[in-house]
Amino acid sequence: MGIKILTEHINVPGIETLEVYRKHGGYRSVEKAIKTMTPDEVVEEVKTSGLRGRGGAGFPAGMKWSFLAKPEGVPRYLVCNADESEPGTFKDRVFMEKNPHALIEGMITSSYALGANTSYIYIRGELLFILRILEKAIAEAYAAGLLGKNILGSGYDLDLHVAPGGGAYICGEETALLESLEGKRGNPRNKPPFPAVKGLFQSPTVVNNVETIASVPWIVNNTGAEYAKIGIGRSTGTKLISASGNINRPGVYEIDLGVPVEEFIYSDEYCGGIWKGKQLKAVVPGGSSVPILPADLILKTAAGEQRLMTYESLSDGGFVSGSMLGSGAFIVFDEDQCIVRNTWNYARFYHHESCGQCSPCREGTGWMERVLHRIEHGHGHQQDIDLLVSVAKQIEGNTICPLGDAAAWPVASAIRHFREEFEWHIKHPQEATAPGAVYRGQLAAATV
Amino acid sequence: MSVTFTKMAETINAFKFSDKALAEIQRYISHYPEGRQKSALLPALHVAQAENNGWVSPEAMDAIAEILNIQPIEVYEVATFYTMFNLKPVGKHVLEVCRTGPCCLRGADQMIETFKQKLNIQEGETSADGMFTLKPVECLASCGTGPMLQVRETYYENLDSEEAVDQFLEMMRNKEVETPEWAK
Repeated sequence: MGIKILTEHINVPGIETLEVYRKHGGYRSVEKAIKTMTPDEVVEEVKTSGLRGRGGAGFPAGMKWSFLAKPEGVPRYLVCNADESEPGTFKDRVFMEKNPHALIEGMITSSYALGANTSYIYIRGELLFILRILEKAIAEAYAAGLLGKNILGSGYDLDLHVAPGGGAYICGEETALLESLEGKRGNPRNKPPFPAVKGLFQSPTVVNNVETIASVPWIVNNTGAEYAKIGIGRSTGTKLISASGNINRPGVYEIDLGVPVEEFIYSDEYCGGIWKGKQLKAVVPGGSSVPILPADLILKTAAGEQRLMTYESLSDGGFVSGSMLGSGAFIVFDEDQCIVRNTWNYARFYHHESCGQCSPCREGTGWMERVLHRIEHGHGHQQDIDLLVSVAKQIEGNTICPLGDAAAWPVASAIRHFREEFEWHIKHPQEATAPGAVYRGQLAAATV
Repeated sequence: MSVTFTKMAETINAFKFSDKALAEIQRYISHYPEGRQKSALLPALHVAQAENNGWVSPEAMDAIAEILNIQPIEVYEVATFYTMFNLKPVGKHVLEVCRTGPCCLRGADQMIETFKQKLNIQEGETSADGMFTLKPVECLASCGTGPMLQVRETYYENLDSEEAVDQFLEMMRNKEVETPEWAK
């Protein structure tokens, strides 16, 4: 069992109150940063820590911070991306619901580092009940002098607000999020300019995921060098994993990056194995948009190395035989799950969530959904599999935001690894559409 | 060829924000820089929906446009983009059922089927007694406790059997609509 940076106190009764949170060491990083460090020193610690964006892209957080433009007389903003909408991901929701002050502390310390005097937490509209929890905690922080004018007598001012979305996956993309925060449709912006130069209200802006921001206090308290000692290689620190699907113990787990995938699935400390004594068929390790891997390739790389829960190990083999850590949404499929049905479900999701701005995505996602729907429902054509591959290829890389890629990858990877199952659906429509029917040929082959 | 015009009387849904609602919208406006009051549009739509029996009428959107000093079209284009805003009347309780992959691995398809049978409606429809609207939605970030659904600001989780659905419906039939924090 590793160190718990984010979840150590998460189940302490009353941790959502300022009093209990402070009793457990809360807000120490605000004192330390504001009273003893310059903003640049905080940025340096985050750089040293190797902390990478926890929303999915995995971009080094300290580097993102150092790109922030600082023109004289122009306000800068820190915006927390709490629009957690990637299917399979629920770590931020659980975290904010249980320990709101931990995010607020991270927001204050990070805002100080970036020189922001107004910051926002943009939370998906479905989580209005968590917006209330956060607002209550923010009110406590204002009353204690941790927010507002002259924080802790330092001369530093910060206002922090929570803003709700309205139901749109695309608003997790940072420029769509900024549009939404400005009261507009969530259409991603063309880049450049990047938010670091022109973001919220045309001002320099950093957008970071909840978990990224919540990791900053520990780094400030214990130094970036200590943080970098946790994990393996460029995957430093701990990561919240949302485990779901056909496992015995679904939930949010904080792991040291580097835990073997096999241990994560089968250990009683984590997923506790496949439910109902069934066999593992496949895993989507990083949220619905990352490639699905069959059992053999999720446990071991193509080269036969043990697969680890790190950015590097999960992507070992590229898209030919690897996947991505993404947002850490670990979705497990047992032997009774139909890959075609799941792929259709995801395709429907991306079609539903495409903002419609770029034709390849707007048209392509609908096309993939319709073709997958007909295969799943027994009306597939021989050429449909190649058609899907072709449509996915034409979406990928041809849109102004990554939603196009996110829509293409699950389809392309499902066909790459489970082509036989798609073919079976097309060749044996009656059998495939019978209630509860699942193709088992490939599973047997994979486990020999 | 005959063209049917909807009677004007049916399209007019007189709308007026309560004082508490207006205060809540003003509170959001105060979070943004001078001249950026449009940023409060999404919060205002949530407030309007809570005030208008779970849906946002054209009249409510016009009222928002007036408060935020923007064109009505700026409200319409936003209200139609985001899936949480219901643009026609809904039942007393809108069951926002998650239909996305991770919940399906734990039986969301069956849960949705059960609701359809019990309420004798299809997705998007409202039960004859006006009590329930069945609205499929995408991932609600509760994948570890699926299948699940949302009604207003509450999650109902692990609805993985007919019995659980029955119990849920029974409980909801006797439940009043939630009052949001700002209206209390």
